[in-house]
Amino acid sequence: MAPQTTWQILVAAFPRLLSYGIRVTIPLAFLSFALGLVIAVIVAMIQYADVKGLRQLCRFYIWLIRGTPLLVQLYVVFYGLPSVGIMIDAFPAAVFVFAFNEGAYMAETMRGALESVSRGQMEAGYCVGLSYLQIMFHIVLPQAFRTAFPALSNSLISVVKGTSLAATITVMEMFRQAQVINGVYYRSLGLYAETAVIYLAFCTVITWLQHKGEKRLSAYGGNR
Amino acid sequence: MMLDIRNVHKSFDGKEILKGIDLQVNKGDVVAILGPSGSGKTTFLRCLNFLETADKGVMTFDGDEIDLAEASKTQIAAVRKKTAFVFQNYNLFLNKTVLQNVTLGLTLARKFPKDQARDIAVKALERVGMADRLDAYPGQLSGGQQQRVAIARGLAQSPEIIYFDEPTSALDPELIGEVLSVMRQLAEEGMTMLVVTHEMDFARNVSSKVLFMEGGYVIESGTSKEFFEHPKEARSREFIRTILEGRQ
Ligand SMILES: Nc1ncnc2c1ncn2[C@@H]1O[C@H](COP(=O)(O)OP(=O)(O)OP(=O)(O)O)[C@@H](O)[C@H]1O
Ligand SMILES: [Mg+2]
Repeated sequence: MAPQTTWQILVAAFPRLLSYGIRVTIPLAFLSFALGLVIAVIVAMIQYADVKGLRQLCRFYIWLIRGTPLLVQLYVVFYGLPSVGIMIDAFPAAVFVFAFNEGAYMAETMRGALESVSRGQMEAGYCVGLSYLQIMFHIVLPQAFRTAFPALSNSLISVVKGTSLAATITVMEMFRQAQVINGVYYRSLGLYAETAVIYLAFCTVITWLQHKGEKRLSAYGGNR
Repeated sequence: MMLDIRNVHKSFDGKEILKGIDLQVNKGDVVAILGPSGSGKTTFLRCLNFLETADKGVMTFDGDEIDLAEASKTQIAAVRKKTAFVFQNYNLFLNKTVLQNVTLGLTLARKFPKDQARDIAVKALERVGMADRLDAYPGQLSGGQQQRVAIARGLAQSPEIIYFDEPTSALDPELIGEVLSVMRQLAEEGMTMLVVTHEMDFARNVSSKVLFMEGGYVIESGTSKEFFEHPKEARSREFIRTILEGRQ
């Protein structure tokens, strides 16, 4: 192979890194985020409705997840669980861990957002004959999502960056790909910086979408 | 008699707030519920619509007897269908437009078709003078406008009776008039209303009956003419005097 300058290596690596970013990192992040959001909404609604028994379970889940490192959670699920006969492929294992991890944080976000919707609206809903779930889905949750939107965007960004940890459980995502290329060319600074720039680009796009989203959501004016 | 309420009791944290309230309401009555702060007026009204569960009490609504302490879901739904509630702080659905605020109960709870719900809503909003703001969100309206939309939301349910809990207390003074005039118009059209209020002019000139509460008891009840011109109880006289003095 002809000797290559660092610059040439970086240019050649770029489409490969980007392709893994788009094909693996982004789907991994969005899948984890979407699943995490579903978990978060359910956990937050259980606490909001104060469902006896289940509420304690939700607190336990949040306590457990927030009190342990994400990397350790990945190891437990991917390297630990097979010893008790639970084998999960690397990609689904990563989705599972990221979803439950970010889900715990987003559950707290959503719980706060639900609490911020005035209970009076719920009473008004009852008075016009709506059921609890109708009130939740048509009135309380939409407002809670709006309140939670910036924090949820932060969570999405955090998940996108967090997917790089999946490299440690053999998921061939963008960062793992950078490690592989670096194993051949030994250009740590250049290759990892290049990878960082792609993450930065992804997160910049999300931030831009967040601002657009916030503008649309603010259409119905402030809460008086 | 349309509504007969007997012996309503309610405690919070072991403290008895309502100590046996009675009230009879005929169709077309406008009852002003008066009393000093903390006398239990809001609690009483909320018990009637099951926003609070009374500890004791019986309500006979159109001949149906309902135990306020042990009403079934169906009974509660039936009562709510015949009543509307207007809150002190409006409680409009903040993520819904004016029109949607009024149609939501019709389409979701009563399963009216969309266009029929819209017609009903527009008519209700016309009655309160808000039909020109169908697409506004509550956050874009003044307090007086929000309260009028809230009244329209209640009217759209075609209630037999509307409960008002201090509908003008959260409003700037210059906005009180527009809400009171809507209420006065409803009264003139024969709507049955229960109104907790500190607006003495309304109580005196618009309402037909007065229920004066203090310390969880009914101190005096009767026609508003009697109450204001010949109050029977010393406490009533004192209350009327303090209110009038506080206004000068
Ligand atoms: N949910 C509650 N929990 C505990 N105490 C309550 C609750 N709601 C009302 N109270 C108490 O009951 C008493 C009566 O309250 P209520 O709101 O019915 O009075 P009110 O006559 O409407 O007064 P105001 O004119 O100030 O509105 C007050 O002492 C209040 O603190
Ligand atoms: Mg009150």
